[in-house]
Amino acid sequence: MATELLMPALSPTMEEGTLAKWLVKEGDIVKSGDIIAEIETDKATMEFEAVDEGVIGKLLVAEGTEGVKVNAVIAMIGEEGEDMSAAPAPAAAAEEAPKVNAPAAPAVATTTAVAFTPSDKTPDWPAGTEMKSMTVREALNEAMAEEMTRDENVFLIGEEVGEYQGAYKISQGLLDKFGEKRVIDTPITEHGFTGIAVGAAFGGLRPIVEFMTFNFAMQAIDHIINSAAKTLYMSGGQMGAPMVFRGPNGAAARVGAQHSQDYSAWYAMVPGLKVVSPYSAADAKGLMKTAIRDNNPIIFLENEIMYGRSFDVPVMDDFTIPFGKAKIEVEGTDVTIVSFSIGMTYALEAAEKLAAEGISAEVINLRTIRPIDYATILESVKKTNRCVTVEEGWPVGSIGNHLGATIMQEAFDYLDAPVINCTGKDVPMPYAANLEKHALITTDEVVAAVKKVTYR
Amino acid sequence: MAAKKTSKKPNVSAEELLGYYREMLLIRRFEEKAGQLYGMGLIGGFCHLYIGQEAVVVGLEAATKEGDKRITSYRDHGHMLACGMDPKGVMAELTGREGGYSGGKGGSMHMFSAEKHFYGGHGIVAAQVPLGAGLAFSDKYKGNDNVTFAYFGDGAANQGQIYETFNMAALWDLPVIFVIENNQYAMGTSQARSTSTPDLYTRGEAFGIKGEIVDGMNVLAVKEASEKAVAHCRAGKGPYVLEVKTYRYRGHSMSDPAKYRTREEVQKMREERDPIEQVRSMLLTGKHATEDDLKAIDKDIKATVNESAEFAKESPEPHLDELWTDIYAETLPQETA
Repeated sequence: MATELLMPALSPTMEEGTLAKWLVKEGDIVKSGDIIAEIETDKATMEFEAVDEGVIGKLLVAEGTEGVKVNAVIAMIGEEGEDMSAAPAPAAAAEEAPKVNAPAAPAVATTTAVAFTPSDKTPDWPAGTEMKSMTVREALNEAMAEEMTRDENVFLIGEEVGEYQGAYKISQGLLDKFGEKRVIDTPITEHGFTGIAVGAAFGGLRPIVEFMTFNFAMQAIDHIINSAAKTLYMSGGQMGAPMVFRGPNGAAARVGAQHSQDYSAWYAMVPGLKVVSPYSAADAKGLMKTAIRDNNPIIFLENEIMYGRSFDVPVMDDFTIPFGKAKIEVEGTDVTIVSFSIGMTYALEAAEKLAAEGISAEVINLRTIRPIDYATILESVKKTNRCVTVEEGWPVGSIGNHLGATIMQEAFDYLDAPVINCTGKDVPMPYAANLEKHALITTDEVVAAVKKVTYR
Repeated sequence: MAAKKTSKKPNVSAEELLGYYREMLLIRRFEEKAGQLYGMGLIGGFCHLYIGQEAVVVGLEAATKEGDKRITSYRDHGHMLACGMDPKGVMAELTGREGGYSGGKGGSMHMFSAEKHFYGGHGIVAAQVPLGAGLAFSDKYKGNDNVTFAYFGDGAANQGQIYETFNMAALWDLPVIFVIENNQYAMGTSQARSTSTPDLYTRGEAFGIKGEIVDGMNVLAVKEASEKAVAHCRAGKGPYVLEVKTYRYRGHSMSDPAKYRTREEVQKMREERDPIEQVRSMLLTGKHATEDDLKAIDKDIKATVNESAEFAKESPEPHLDELWTDIYAETLPQETA
């Protein structure tokens, strides 16, 4: 039975090519791997090998022919002794169109995945719950200890997390409590230990990876994004990376350009990751416990300056905060201020100053920036008709940019002024004390932005 | 080739030899078919064929047991077939169809099988190496005696993360075999032009990792080396480096014209060192099989491969709703046992 030899596609983009040279003639016996012809693509001259054994029948395209379409029949190949004189005339082989699985409903979603369900207004803890004051540092430590007690597959890995008790003392006491099997000091080797931790998650464990600061995670960002965030999708849901990447993010104080960067917007862009950025100690505790239990890779962005600050935390057996639920920290009527992490400090200070001037600001603490609680923001903006976003990161492609665009798209008719994004300045972080202060966002800038949108 | 021959005359049964013959032939015929489908435009993007390297995975897999894990780069079709994944599911992934191992969402470079403990299929050169050490970490943590095979090429051997991984794997005695598939060309750059020292198996020495070089065109030599490495890892003695000297007959990917080496070099390797021909001749000279027996096997394999190609053409494209699935997991997909 004669089979057709088709003009091959030899690159992802090739549609036609030149049949430069035949290296066989009619009647030649070929076996798998023999070079049959040379074919010129737009990039190179390629050798075309035989796949099947047989005898070359008719050569249907003369050498030197240009513009031969991919999948056109260029020759016939048959078994020895076979008569191929009745071979078909050259014609493009019928393109076999793959069966298309039509969607039951239109599958193309809107450009943003805005949830139109009303916001979740349940409080984080029941009224009357006993509270105790603790620092963000203590809250994070307690959350990890509780989850490590709860699930023996949870372990902590990173630089100085064990014997040194944590560069910022977040892991203090955990080595004594859980032993060196579960609190693992690594060499200074972010790319390597992050890859190992992602592999351990593929293997069914639940690693918590501590980056001494998120600046160093840039060495490991390939594993965070390409290995951890994308594997569930690439494997068609067969395996993923249930794990937490945590550590201080953003500017500390006077540590210069390479140690002072906010990565919120970087990670928030990546489907497959969830991104958490707590403000208070209660946020830190409830969200860390949720993060460790989640079955996806979580980026948990802490802030060094916030570590030592104290907040009330509920005294509960098992206190968790769900992702995608913002918190209205201050209710107001004149403007919505949306922020997260240390940005909340400026937002709340500004709200207090504005209250003294008779402007009532509603302050929303995002807490998770992927998924984002769009409903809470949009409901608030529809009430106040004005919005200012506050973050320490750079202005281009910021979280505020995204919120502004979403508000414009979903609540344009409610706006009485353009949304203003208050961000860090578009410069690397300087060292000099006065310059650093100006590079960061200030409370006065937030106050000025609010006055601008309220036309005061 | 500097690789050692097997130390003694192989003591191998006819059944075993026939098994290797079948497995290697399946990979070769499968890859040839994949090349053909690529030429027809049924397979898109990048497609890296394993032709010539068949003895590497078949020899290494011969020493494995249930529970052992494997992870590799983007030249991954051979590894999947060798660990028992279904050719239909692999081919349908190459054509981007619903019946593929990743439902068409991974492609040639990104396939996985939780069932067969195959962890991909990774497109970033060397990224699979720390991931593989992490898989070994998970087994050590759980206290079982499983071993992980982390495959990478001579090109990847110059990536920094490999040495970060060597250090920690040795420090923590991780049960991982680092398999360097040295096919002598990193895309178009020969080993002589890319590595300051040619003996990649010595690269673990600075970390105290034992290394060995083996003739990767000889499936029995590979199997023997694999058994030794596996025994070392299972005994809790830490990682092992195996440099397997092999040769890829085809270009780096389908669109590689391979002008960096001569046709004679490739032809010589095919004629004198071909891993499948070596086993074929052992079968015939040892009177373990007749020409007719082998012809029947060839026919059988060809049918399997054709069936996989038919399946890969017939299987529908994924439902458009699949665009939005598998981004986040509600439950933990992989086994936690």
